[in-house]
Amino acid sequence: MSLTLSSWYSLRVPTLSPVRKKTAVRHKVIVRVTHWLTVVAFLALVVTGLEIVISHPRFYWGETGNVNMKPAFTLPIPASRDTVPTGYKYVMPDENGWSRYLHFEAAWVLVLTALIYGAWGLASGHFRRNFVPVRGERNWSAIWARMTRYLRRSPPDKREEKSYNVLQRVTYLVVIFVLFPAIILTGLAMSPSFVGSFPAIALIAGGKQTARTLHFFLTWSLVAFLIVHVAMIAISGFWRRMRAMTIGGGSAAEEER
Amino acid sequence: MSLITRRRLITTGLATAAGATGLGVAASLSRKYGLVPPDCKGVYGAGETLTYGAERLFARHAMAREFPRSMICEKPFANEIAPPKDDFKKMQARGFVDWRLTVDGMVEHHMTLSLADLKTMAVHSQITEVSCEEGWSYIAEWIGTPLSSVLNEAGLKPGVKYIYYHAVEPYLWETIDVDEAMHPQTLLTMGMNDGDLPVGFGGPLRLRVPRQLGYKSLKFVTHITAVDSVKNIGKGLGSVDPEYGYSWYAGI
Repeated sequence: MSLTLSSWYSLRVPTLSPVRKKTAVRHKVIVRVTHWLTVVAFLALVVTGLEIVISHPRFYWGETGNVNMKPAFTLPIPASRDTVPTGYKYVMPDENGWSRYLHFEAAWVLVLTALIYGAWGLASGHFRRNFVPVRGERNWSAIWARMTRYLRRSPPDKREEKSYNVLQRVTYLVVIFVLFPAIILTGLAMSPSFVGSFPAIALIAGGKQTARTLHFFLTWSLVAFLIVHVAMIAISGFWRRMRAMTIGGGSAAEEER
Repeated sequence: MSLITRRRLITTGLATAAGATGLGVAASLSRKYGLVPPDCKGVYGAGETLTYGAERLFARHAMAREFPRSMICEKPFANEIAPPKDDFKKMQARGFVDWRLTVDGMVEHHMTLSLADLKTMAVHSQITEVSCEEGWSYIAEWIGTPLSSVLNEAGLKPGVKYIYYHAVEPYLWETIDVDEAMHPQTLLTMGMNDGDLPVGFGGPLRLRVPRQLGYKSLKFVTHITAVDSVKNIGKGLGSVDPEYGYSWYAGI
């Protein structure tokens, strides 16, 4: 026999009313958990990724590239290996060992989280409902119209308090279905054993060094997204948004009720 | 809010027990099928085990990419390792005629092979890429004897799990699992791009492991030992790499 605390309480205090209307949480538990796992993995990947880049801050197009070959571009930073000509007279500390260990461990967290979130998102209709632009807004003029409102700093309309506008939807779709898959695939395209099993990965990416260069650019695309994402959250009410993504508060409209 | 009911307690208990048993079975099966790397402990052990286990589960026999001759790099690059000592220079002056490769450990016949002996065995060539963990790479043609030919000649005893190999400077050592050692592309390399393997690239004898990063392709190889465990070699982590903070498995 089970006696729950709430049923006991309602028996004892039957006159406790009116019952507060239960507000819908803005983000489901699975979204909140996978969001923060992704945050932790992504930050670890960025830090260790930059650390790995320092050991060879030169980038190439194609399959191969080394210090005897002409780079596409070179980062104007000192390297952590003395074999790389950088123009600097000193060599940075080499932290590649643990950086690589952590990079791949964090990559596993990211990939497994992405698989769970992606499968749930497709099955539950989360992507279709929340991220695919609503009918009538699947065109450039809707995107342009919303962009204009941002630039004019007009306040969001009533509908946006409960849901995402077309620009947010398109951005999330690009991040989830383009940038993250691309950064994972270009990462795998650098692995000698993975490419051995799936040579198509290297061919799609345009070669190992192209994959590495794209991986680097994709990192900055995602970092740019992160900066704008956090800035927007700060502008629209940092703590309220944080509560919604952690303990699961309701959306603005519901909270004001 | 619900209190813990007896049913819930039993269900949770059973689920936990089943989960723990499942994990235990998975761990012991993983060990049995060689899915756990020697550096599986510590903070990064989980990631390392997932990487190595996934590769060995799904791609144990996959081949490293081979390239057309037109993609061979005109200007390959090799990190210089410690300058060769005088003994090495003397051997180099005599064209490495007294270079010897010792094969011992858990094999039927211990062998000592000269480069000429190796060349009488199957000679293979492959055009594969060397990828350094730093990020750079080059493609070259590599010519030599598959390690599997030498190991088959010596006759591996049952229970061999790893091949331990070290360089003329014994502080440079590595191990690979027996799958990697018997892989057809794992090559005791003596030639590069139609010439002898230059000393800068590990000549006269380098073990090319093309499915893994460059640091597994040890230069100046003199000694190969078949072992059933790496516990008693160095710190027991499988190679010098984990001792310096690098992963033992370098397929990624």
